[in-house]
Amino acid sequence: MPVAVDDTEPKFAEYAHPERLVSTSWLAEHLGEPGLVVVESDEDVLLYETGHIPGAVKIDWHLDLNDPLVRDYVDGEGFARLLGSRGISRDTTIVLYGDRSNWWAAYALWVFSLFGHPDVRLLDGGREKWVAEGRELTISSPDVAPVPYPVVPREDGAIRAFKEDVLEHLGNPLVDIRSPQEYTGERTHMPDYPEEGALRGGHIPTARNVPWARAVAEDASFRPRAELEGIYGDGGDGSGLGLGADDSIITYCRIGERSSHTWFVLTHLLGIPDVRNYDGSWTEWGNAVRVPIVKGAEPGLAPVR
Amino acid sequence: MTDAALPDALVAIREDFLALDVRDRLQLLLEFSNELPEVPERFAARPELLEPVPECQAPIAFITEIETSDGEPRVHFHASAPPGAPTSRGFASILAQGLDGLTPDQVVAIPADYPLTLGLAEAVSPLRLRGMTALLTRAKRQVAERLAS
Repeated sequence: MPVAVDDTEPKFAEYAHPERLVSTSWLAEHLGEPGLVVVESDEDVLLYETGHIPGAVKIDWHLDLNDPLVRDYVDGEGFARLLGSRGISRDTTIVLYGDRSNWWAAYALWVFSLFGHPDVRLLDGGREKWVAEGRELTISSPDVAPVPYPVVPREDGAIRAFKEDVLEHLGNPLVDIRSPQEYTGERTHMPDYPEEGALRGGHIPTARNVPWARAVAEDASFRPRAELEGIYGDGGDGSGLGLGADDSIITYCRIGERSSHTWFVLTHLLGIPDVRNYDGSWTEWGNAVRVPIVKGAEPGLAPVR
Repeated sequence: MTDAALPDALVAIREDFLALDVRDRLQLLLEFSNELPEVPERFAARPELLEPVPECQAPIAFITEIETSDGEPRVHFHASAPPGAPTSRGFASILAQGLDGLTPDQVVAIPADYPLTLGLAEAVSPLRLRGMTALLTRAKRQVAERLAS
C-alpha cells in the first residue's frame, strides 16, 4: 500500500515535486507504517549507533554504496542485495535523513535514483532538525526481515555525468558547489576535511560558484521556493544564476556528495528536468591530464573546440 | 606488521578489536568514543595550544605533554572533538589510552601504520581511517619536537 504524501507543509506545496520531502512531524506520525522504511546515511559512520530515529536502518556511503575496487557505485545485483537486506522492496517508500543538512542522505537519494527506485524522499532538515526538536532517538537495532529486491540495472545516463560528458557540455551551465576558496584554486580541499589530493586548484571553465549551503536555512531545512529561485533562477533582478527549466545543467563538487544536495534542489524542488551530477568532481578533474581549468573568482570562458 | 616497537597497551587494544566481528568493532569504537576524557582545564581554557588535525572530517585538536614521574619522562595525550563526531572521538580515545604513560621514545617508535592494523578499514572505510593515521603521525611528530627542544 503506498504511503501518503506529506501535504501538511505549505512550504512543500510550492516546490515542483513536494512528494520528495517529508517534515519531521509527518515522519514522527508515520513511523512504523507498513511500506515505509526510514534510512539514516551520515558522514560520521558511528552517529547512527549513538542514537537514530526508531526503526531506522543505516546505509553508509563509503561501505555500502561504493564498489570496493572500481571507483564506481555498486551494480544492480549489489544494490538489490543491499536494499533487500534492509527490508526494502521495490514498492517501499524510503525516507532518507542524515547529518550535515542531509549531504549524505541526498547523495544516497541520488544513487538510489540511478536505480530508479520509485518512491524515495528526504526528511526536510535531516538529523539536525529531528534532534533539535527533541524527538525520539533510540540505540536499539531494528528487527529487519530481509525481503527480495529485484535486480535493476543502474541507468547512469540521465542524472550522472562523466568527465567526457562534462567536456562535451562546456558552454552550458555548470554549478560548482564547493567553497569559494576551492573554486578560486586557493585550496584544493575543504577546510577541516581530509586532503584527497588534487594536483591543480581551480574550477571547470564557465562554472558558477554557489556553495551548497545557500540552499539551506538555519535549521537545516530547505529554503522556500521563492528564495531558491532567487539563488538559482534569475533572482528577480538578475542576481541569481539565471537557470531555468530549459537548461541542461551539471553540478559538481569534490567527490559528488555536496553536489547531490544541489542536484536535489534543482531537480526536485525547482523542477528542472535535465540536471546531472558529476561525481568524479574535482578529485578527478583536478588530477586529469589535459583538461582545461580556470583559476580565480571569474567563471572563465569555454575553450574553443 | 612491524610489531617489535609496539607498546603493550596498543597491542591489547588491537587484540580487542581483532577478536570481534566487523559490526562489533564499530561498537567497541563507540565505547572508546564515549570514554574520551575531557581536555584538562588548563588546555580547555586555551584551545589555541591544541594542534588541529585537518585530515579528520570533524574539528579535532590535540596536545601532548611530557611529564617526569619517578625519574622517567612520561607522555600524556589530550584531545578534544565534538560529541557529534563519534568516529573521530573514538580514534582520539584509542590514542589517549594507548599513548598515556609511555616514554617519549616509545611514542616516537610506534609504527605509523598502527591504525591500519586494527581491522577498522572494513568497519569505517579506509578513507575515514586516514584521519586516525594523521592524528598518530602528528602526535609522534609533536613528541619528537618536544624531545628535541
